[in-house]
Amino acid sequence: MSLRKGSVVKPPVFEYMAPATVEETVRALARHGARAAPLAGGQSLVPLLNRRRVRPDVVVDLGRVAGLDTVRVADGAVRIGALARLRTLERHETLGAALPVLRQTVRLVAHPQIRTRATLGGSLCHADPAAELPALAVALGARLRLAGAGGERELDAEEFFRPGRTARRPGELLTEITLPLRDGFTHRFVEIPRHAHGGLPLVGVCAGTRREADGTVTAARIAAAGAADRPLRLRGAERALTGGPLTEEAVARALDAAASAAAPPADPHGDAAYRTALLRTALRRALAAAPHPGTDPKERA
Amino acid sequence: MTTAARRTVTLTVNGAARSAPAEDRTLLSDFLRHTLRLTGTHVGCEEGVCGACTVLLDGEPVRSCLLLAVQAQGRTVETVEGLADDGRLNALQRTLKETHGLQCGFCTPGVLMSLTAAEREGLDEEETAGQVLAGHRCRCTGYAGIRAAVAARHRAPGGPRQAPRGGGAEAAG
Ligand SMILES: Cc1cc2nc3c(=O)[nH]c(=O)nc-3n(C[C@H](O)[C@H](O)[C@H](O)COP(=O)(O)OP(=O)(O)OC[C@H]3O[C@@H](n4cnc5c(N)ncnc54)[C@H](O)[C@@H]3O)c2cc1C
Ligand code: FES
Ligand code: FES
Repeated sequence: MSLRKGSVVKPPVFEYMAPATVEETVRALARHGARAAPLAGGQSLVPLLNRRRVRPDVVVDLGRVAGLDTVRVADGAVRIGALARLRTLERHETLGAALPVLRQTVRLVAHPQIRTRATLGGSLCHADPAAELPALAVALGARLRLAGAGGERELDAEEFFRPGRTARRPGELLTEITLPLRDGFTHRFVEIPRHAHGGLPLVGVCAGTRREADGTVTAARIAAAGAADRPLRLRGAERALTGGPLTEEAVARALDAAASAAAPPADPHGDAAYRTALLRTALRRALAAAPHPGTDPKERA
Repeated sequence: MTTAARRTVTLTVNGAARSAPAEDRTLLSDFLRHTLRLTGTHVGCEEGVCGACTVLLDGEPVRSCLLLAVQAQGRTVETVEGLADDGRLNALQRTLKETHGLQCGFCTPGVLMSLTAAEREGLDEEETAGQVLAGHRCRCTGYAGIRAAVAARHRAPGGPRQAPRGGGAEAAG
């Protein structure tokens, strides 16, 4: 490879736009539809461009759009702009106190040098079935706001993540994510990593239960990463846990229900049976990590 | 098909204003290395994994292989060339050398930039040796020497917080 000035390029040719407002962005995306790629943190899109796995005609840089990176905690919910960086979410004190599982999960994603750029919206739109944040969004029942030429719409995380893709239409921009603060619920994310730190996990589980003072589980919300072709809500496991105390038998029924719902991919890192076994392990650990009613919530990690 | 659009990219690199034409699709890593001839920033994987290309963008560690040069328009970039003061290695560089924290040196520029950011932020030893170093692939040292450098910096009188803030001006010497 020569060192001649300007002679080295990796991504294919594209037109670059850097709009300043949401309106301009939506107009630009609507004009180019599926030929345009929104660029958020670029931590998934640019590797794909470098390898020429995607060839958009237009790259619409969201990095200069004003007002898309706000974080608000109010009225029983956390509202996060799609362009909020993972590093910001990791360090936001009010957010950390209101929804500790978000910070705990963000710290499992990639490395600090990636989290300075990666955004919550980018992670949800990229929607890797093994990624942590889409599974967290499903477990917590997030609402996703999309803006398009025809106006805005809001989808539940479970409607947004489809087998192998998302419900985002070409030209639509994800603008805001709302995470409800569910009274009495404490969620934990437990994953089985491929390596020691960072990178997509083999499987991950975001699990939370609501329990009465006597230990009876009154509700559970659980989703898994790496268990199917999308982040998978584990309703069977939720049902198996609800209505009684968190006994070994109840947990065993929940693990069986999770395993029968799972349809994990097979690749050189592990076949489907291996990943299903890991899913059981991750769910068991996530449930074991649930704090017992009456303990000080500050003792949570 | 669109033709390769070029525009002038103006940014501050190691305290000095720099301006040069670049295609929109040019990566910041290639702009630094091939256009500005700052070849201290190394390029390994070009997919964000290895960390060799890590530079500081407005003080924060980022992968320069995952940024377009145009995205750095008007911003401040610090590279490994900005660390030494008039050809004299700075304290962090000297420590890494003394603890044998490098062998072939391929990963070193990225490691130095991440450690510089960690020191300025005041991250503790555990966070630095765990989270921060996990973002770098070193094929030679087995990390023992790099971790020893982190430990030594945290034991040093005055500690690692002595690294100059805001980089640029002071570092350019
Ligand atoms: C070394 C490395 C390790 C990683 N490890 C992990 C990991 O452990 N877990 C994990 O989950 N991820 C991991 N990632 C991926 C990382 O988290 C990605 O950055 C993230 O998935 C995408 O966020 P982004 O802001 O960078 O989006 P981009 O890369 O900019 O965009 C991703 C996709 O979403 C679209 N998009 C982005 N924002 C919007 C929006 N607001 N509206 C509509 N479409 C949009 C883009 O067009 C693109 O198709 C890793 C990445 C690297 C390089
Ligand atoms: S070259 Fe950028 S991370 Fe490897
Ligand atoms: S010193 Fe050779 S890769 Fe780190």
